[in-house]
Amino acid sequence: MTARVGVITFPGTLDDRDTQRAVRIAGLEPVPLWHRDKDLQQVDAVVLPGGFSYGDYLRAGAISRFSPVMEKVIEGAREGMPVLGICNGFQVLTETHLLPGAMLRNNHLHFICRDQKLRVENTDTAWTSDYEAGQEISVPLKNIDGRYVADERTLDMLEAEGRVAFRYVDVNPNGSLRDIAGITNEAGNVVGLMPHPEHAVEPLVGTGRTDGLGFFTSILKKLVNA
Amino acid sequence: MARVVVDVMLKPEILDPQGQAVQRALPRLGFEGIADVRQGKRFELEVEGPVDEAALARIHEMAETFLANTVIEDFTVKVDGEAR
Repeated sequence: MTARVGVITFPGTLDDRDTQRAVRIAGLEPVPLWHRDKDLQQVDAVVLPGGFSYGDYLRAGAISRFSPVMEKVIEGAREGMPVLGICNGFQVLTETHLLPGAMLRNNHLHFICRDQKLRVENTDTAWTSDYEAGQEISVPLKNIDGRYVADERTLDMLEAEGRVAFRYVDVNPNGSLRDIAGITNEAGNVVGLMPHPEHAVEPLVGTGRTDGLGFFTSILKKLVNA
Repeated sequence: MARVVVDVMLKPEILDPQGQAVQRALPRLGFEGIADVRQGKRFELEVEGPVDEAALARIHEMAETFLANTVIEDFTVKVDGEAR
């Protein structure tokens, strides 16, 4: 039996179908989950996809954090279930405090959409083991609330523990502190990043490269070998 | 019904580009002498029943868990203009 990866749809989620597709292309079974679901249908991992859940009213990710399904995601994440948050999903993960820090409006105040180069800084997470440390990948980025902030103590702790999983290369697109594009929790099962690996899994679309596929093949290996 | 106001502001050390954009526009519009602008959010809550200590405690909890993200924001709670 193949591993099952839940993909949650909130009102305002945009990238759930692309995420399901990326999961399928990597050889996993995508399981669509709805924000009101009270159980996770025994999935082995969960992805919180990009979009604008609840219209980003109040703060990006703030309202969806209180969806019924998130109770189970938080519980599972604390018990070691792999969770990936992409863009709005990353915002939801900071709002739940599964990941430290917060996401704010880009420093230049513009919505930005570009192919973004990233350096993979940590390959010991559930979602990054198929990359090589220091490898540079290019995936699409599109957001207006992508500026990662945390206090100096938290930033120093993230650096010291190797929990900066991805850093922006060449261009910092939004003013994120220390060029941070993505982070992981202490255990390495929860990962969040602003750019969109799920849009770069087929040569025909996105950047024209498949640099994002490694996220999903990483989790496949982890779940199959578990 | 009593009105309770929750003001939410970015912490002083957090960059506020929206406030900066407003501040930069002021001289262009002929408003001089404003050294800095920071932009926040104001929530006006119409409270059913008495605004007693218990109700205020609930509103404080609401502000802390939901209206503000205390990683980046500070908040104040006021009843009828009076800070509590």
